[in-house]
Amino acid sequence: MKLQTLALLNAERAARRAVVVVTDVASGEQRLVKAAEIASDPLHAALAKQLRMGKSAMIEADGHRLFLNVHAPTARLVIIGAVHISQALAPMARALDYDVTVIDPRTAFASPERFPDVPLIAEWPEVALPPLNVDAYTAFVAVTHDPKIDDPALLHAFERACFYIGALGSRKTHAKRGERLKAMGASDADIARIRAPIGLNIGAVSPSEIAVSIMAEITATLRMPKDLTA
Amino acid sequence: MLNRDEDILKAAADWQAAGRGVALATVVETWGSAPRPAGSSLVINEDGTFLGSVSGGCVEGAVVTEALDVIASGTPKMLEFGVADETAWNVGLSCGGTIRVYVEKVMS
Repeated sequence: MKLQTLALLNAERAARRAVVVVTDVASGEQRLVKAAEIASDPLHAALAKQLRMGKSAMIEADGHRLFLNVHAPTARLVIIGAVHISQALAPMARALDYDVTVIDPRTAFASPERFPDVPLIAEWPEVALPPLNVDAYTAFVAVTHDPKIDDPALLHAFERACFYIGALGSRKTHAKRGERLKAMGASDADIARIRAPIGLNIGAVSPSEIAVSIMAEITATLRMPKDLTA
Repeated sequence: MLNRDEDILKAAADWQAAGRGVALATVVETWGSAPRPAGSSLVINEDGTFLGSVSGGCVEGAVVTEALDVIASGTPKMLEFGVADETAWNVGLSCGGTIRVYVEKVMS
């Protein structure tokens, strides 16, 4: 790999943009394709397919064996609510290599003592979220239980097409939330994207167990073939 | 903390900037039950220091040795490891799979 290719790869990764490095394994010839350039690339069908699956693979094209190395941005977890569950969820997600950010305007909750080593933003979601560049490689979790905080945050998650959106609350609470979000302009499809009650059903009781169930559901959404996670 | 892919690739750039020879080893194909998927990588510098992984630790030693050759020669190499592999180090994958690893030098 040329140093300039490596530098470009690192720059794109730092900017949270996907790239595919195409290597002819016989000749060593190599090129980097940015996500934005895929549509106009001669290999666009294969590149788009691998990027969509988030999987690197060897392909054959015009008699050449090419390795398509997909570099998707590091998965990120945005947690709305610096609550007890989040105190367990944040370090767990970090152990799973997620970049984690916790947002809660209530400074009594959003304190560094409660969240050592976790980026913490003590602001309303409307202020905190836009600069974060929330994207399709982001899992989004709303756990304050307070509609004033969770609802606007969820609207932002819909707009940014987060790969996972989960919200704390019983079926009844969630039905009411659906009505409120609809009144705020969300579509039925948006609301159907919310995982609620949040987390896989593993009978979780304690905050740590609920964090395990949320992290398991996020992992399943990220990794399982799409028709198996519904 | 584990080294993530981006840390590994950053280390490759940093080592290169510090004037060290660097190679990148990437899993390009897997058959059967393989420990790490295609795209997993290991970076190696000329001192033999490495970051990342291409298997569960079964073949990294052999990959590092080959990588030192690649750093010296500049010519990429394709390595194959399977459970029945009989190499000088007698390395193989205990999980029963086969992997192909592409080793290339970072060229300034």
